Amino acid sequence: MSHAPEVQEERPLVSTRAADIAVALLFLVASAVVIADSMRLGFNWRPNEGPAPGYFPFYIAVVMALASAVNLARAVALPPEGEATLTTRPGFMRMMAIFIPAVVYVAATTWIGIYVASAIYIAGFMIFFGRFALWKAAGVSLSIAAIAFMMFEVWFLVPLPKGPLEAAIGY
Amino acid sequence: MEEISALLGGFAVAITPYNMMLMVVGIVLGVIIGVLPGLGGANGVAILLPLTFSMEPTSAIIMLSSIYWGALFGGAITAILFNIPGEPWSVATTFDGHPMAMRGKADEALVGAFTSSFVGAIFAVILITFLAPMIAKFALRFGPAEFFAVQFLTFASFLGMGRGSPFKTLASMCLGFALASVGLDGVTGTLRLTFGHEELLNGFKFLVAVIGLFGIGEILSSMEEGLSFRGAHAKLKMDAVIRTWRQLPRMTFTFLRSCIVGCWMGITPGGATPASFMGYGLAKRFSKNGRNFGKGELEGVVAPETAAHAAGTSALLPMLTLGIPGSPTAAVLLGGLLIWGLQPGPLMFVEQKEFVWGLIASMYMGNLVGLVLVLTCVPFFAAILRVPFSIIAPVIVVICAIGAYTVNNAMFDVWMMLVFGVMGYLFTKLGYPLPPLVLALVLGDQAESSFRQAMLSSQGDVTVFWSNWLCGGIMTLGLVLAFWPLVQTVLEKWRGGAVATPA
Amino acid sequence: MSVRSLKASALVLGAALGLAAGPAAAAWEPTKAVTFVIPAGTGGGADQMARFIQGVIQKNNLMNKPVVVLNKGGGAGAEGFLEMKASARDPHKIIITLSNLFTTPMGTGAPFNWKDMKPVSMLALDQFVLWTNAEKNYPDAKAYIDAVKAAPDRQFKMGGTGSKQEDQIITAAIERHTDGKKFTYIPYDGGGKVAVQLVGGHVDSSVNNPIEAVAQWRGKQLKPLCIFDSKRSTHTGKITEDMAWSDIPTCTEAGLPVEYQMLRGIFTTSGATDEQVAFYVDLFKKVMATEDWKAFMDKGAFNETTMSGAEFEAWLTEAEKKHRELMQEAGFLAQAQ
Repeated sequence: MSHAPEVQEERPLVSTRAADIAVALLFLVASAVVIADSMRLGFNWRPNEGPAPGYFPFYIAVVMALASAVNLARAVALPPEGEATLTTRPGFMRMMAIFIPAVVYVAATTWIGIYVASAIYIAGFMIFFGRFALWKAAGVSLSIAAIAFMMFEVWFLVPLPKGPLEAAIGY
Repeated sequence: MEEISALLGGFAVAITPYNMMLMVVGIVLGVIIGVLPGLGGANGVAILLPLTFSMEPTSAIIMLSSIYWGALFGGAITAILFNIPGEPWSVATTFDGHPMAMRGKADEALVGAFTSSFVGAIFAVILITFLAPMIAKFALRFGPAEFFAVQFLTFASFLGMGRGSPFKTLASMCLGFALASVGLDGVTGTLRLTFGHEELLNGFKFLVAVIGLFGIGEILSSMEEGLSFRGAHAKLKMDAVIRTWRQLPRMTFTFLRSCIVGCWMGITPGGATPASFMGYGLAKRFSKNGRNFGKGELEGVVAPETAAHAAGTSALLPMLTLGIPGSPTAAVLLGGLLIWGLQPGPLMFVEQKEFVWGLIASMYMGNLVGLVLVLTCVPFFAAILRVPFSIIAPVIVVICAIGAYTVNNAMFDVWMMLVFGVMGYLFTKLGYPLPPLVLALVLGDQAESSFRQAMLSSQGDVTVFWSNWLCGGIMTLGLVLAFWPLVQTVLEKWRGGAVATPA
Repeated sequence: MSVRSLKASALVLGAALGLAAGPAAAAWEPTKAVTFVIPAGTGGGADQMARFIQGVIQKNNLMNKPVVVLNKGGGAGAEGFLEMKASARDPHKIIITLSNLFTTPMGTGAPFNWKDMKPVSMLALDQFVLWTNAEKNYPDAKAYIDAVKAAPDRQFKMGGTGSKQEDQIITAAIERHTDGKKFTYIPYDGGGKVAVQLVGGHVDSSVNNPIEAVAQWRGKQLKPLCIFDSKRSTHTGKITEDMAWSDIPTCTEAGLPVEYQMLRGIFTTSGATDEQVAFYVDLFKKVMATEDWKAFMDKGAFNETTMSGAEFEAWLTEAEKKHRELMQEAGFLAQAQ
């Protein structure tokens, strides 16, 4: 890359311990959800039929809950001092730099279609993070969108989400 | 031998300039289809099917099956370069292929993957050539109990592979099983874990999950570590093919093992995806380099690729002789055969001899032509990594989104892909292994249905899994593999004891 | 001349031209690619038929825009039907149906009904045949049913596609003639797979569609016992050395009074105008007039009943009622309803 490497202070944002505890708790929530639905479906062994629809999910969820409980206990037991860092502030910011636009991109796809949204997303990222000139970014992103359009809609006839622009040209 | 003369006759049918041209067109299209996760081999074949109606059946099937070979080759490319599996069976290729690319060895990984694809496919074709009728009969012995045994064996061969915490491995695997059970339960027709949401009717699809977990997860990690794509500075050397081929002879056993696993899984039909996992799992356990797997070992690319392609190719055998397709692509090919008035089934080898042997001959030719084509393109593929990261990163997100969307044509899946992406990042960071999760996701459903079908037919009697030598043998082998680490320590102790006692 | 009379004469002229060119010139035509939804996975009977139709339309240039095939088989087809319901205002969507049009909403409680779409035409009715393994050599359906009656309960295994769908409905209907003896019904995920499981002896019988089992019949691995229709098949061409589809007795003839056929029909979205529906009706008339179509019907021994318009709607209402009764009797209705 052309620009200088980040020399900012790499301040820790989230500790591995905190993330470990959070993920283990989420696992426990997921187990509870699965167990609740399996109880509704029945998890017994039916005569002449074998296991009921809830049988496998139920026991899987029980095992998952037990394993997560151990993971939770281990994470809690770790000493909070001198703990490992999951991510630093700049690292997190860089991830969000691609992730938040990606969320906006997916949301926009529903309204303006995947091709227009992709072109804007790629161009935006190139301009703001790659420091590319506007005309370069526009050229690259538009040609990628156009190639994708030809490939999916015209040649392989795979319909992707489309918006008003595509409707205007008859797709 | 009768087969050889039939095969030579087949070559005479297949090798005409016109057919060779169709082969090249088909393979190039197939590679493109394999590279983009949004286009499956089934798409390509289905779309070109109408175009082939005016051709001779033999020419048509040569072109369509060439797309199939091309897609098999192409799936590895994005898996190695960007950690996005282009096709489900390339997931296991990412385990070592992508680390290789990050260490600047993308070209070696690609050559290794393509070469092993070729070896696996050719092994399977030879098997089809000489043993087709016998194998077709063998496949008939597989009922629900036997299917479950094979699925169990696949799982067992992969167990105990993680280096991390066993409890995290267990949690990760269970999550995979739980996700696999969402949607309509095929055995009773009841909805599970959908909570009235129509989007969940279809369940969580394997490809959506892997695109998110691997593709998006990888982009997040790359971004976190700074705006650069590791491996971007790989030097392009033109001798990649020779350099890689020199390393291959010492992997003969891995090749052989994966070929056998692949053919077995293709015929039974377990499918190419489980075959690739099993090939990788067994290689990791029994190879001398097994301990380095996951860090970018060439053997870790060779093992799953060989198995996947042996399976993908031998899956055409049950299609021709039994009329059951081994994959969605094969299913569409099957539809094509019907339209041309060719009826796959037990009589196909008798009634449509010329066509069948022409097809088999084209399998040899198609794979050879395909290998030459993709190997010449390796420097080009590897050069993609030199595109600036700020262009590649959003393009990867776009490709992932298209791929996730086309699995079910639903925006919901694209959202799920983002969620899986965050999950993939967190899990990798916290030491929850991803392979058990994806394996559970791909096999969970099938294994559960087979188990319950077997239970239905045996009226709930679990001993059905040891009711005949075939099923019992596979189950026992599975148990041995599952407890292999334990067996190993016992063996070592016993051996140590045997040495100690006489003294 | 006033503007009004100018308009009027233009209208007259237009009408005359329209008459001269025939009604087709004034009719609606698709303005973009038509999406052909399949509420089932790749490789099944509906998928084969839809992809075949796509091929026929393109081969014979029956439409000025392409047809795009889309598999939406999730939730026993609910996904495909819900897609049609959701895009009520897009007339560029058609769907091919199988029995899950009725059975899925009844069995799973998925919120849709055939009235959420607009019926175009019935292409054909798919038959069901009672198959057994040729090695077991049951002479006829009666002998097989007698064997079921004589054996312990649940001894005989019936393989079928899916759960609480057509195959299981037929099985439940057969069980009313077996003196209270039940089959063990084993659901698989595709008709082709069921036929192979029957050849391998993992189940004792199946009710496969003709096209799913024809190869094994010709290979002398499977034996058809009877066809679940009120009269014999009209397809008289020889399939095996000595038998045609028309040589298979009806199940009623064989002493097993069960009849069932599956709709292979086309629907479009509920917002489609009469003109748009008329376009599709006409399109499928052209498809059904081709030689390819006739050969396809022969191979799969389809019951070539076709209809459209009010007649089709009446048939659908009747069929829905019948399915509800069958599902009710078999206890397959979702609790939510």
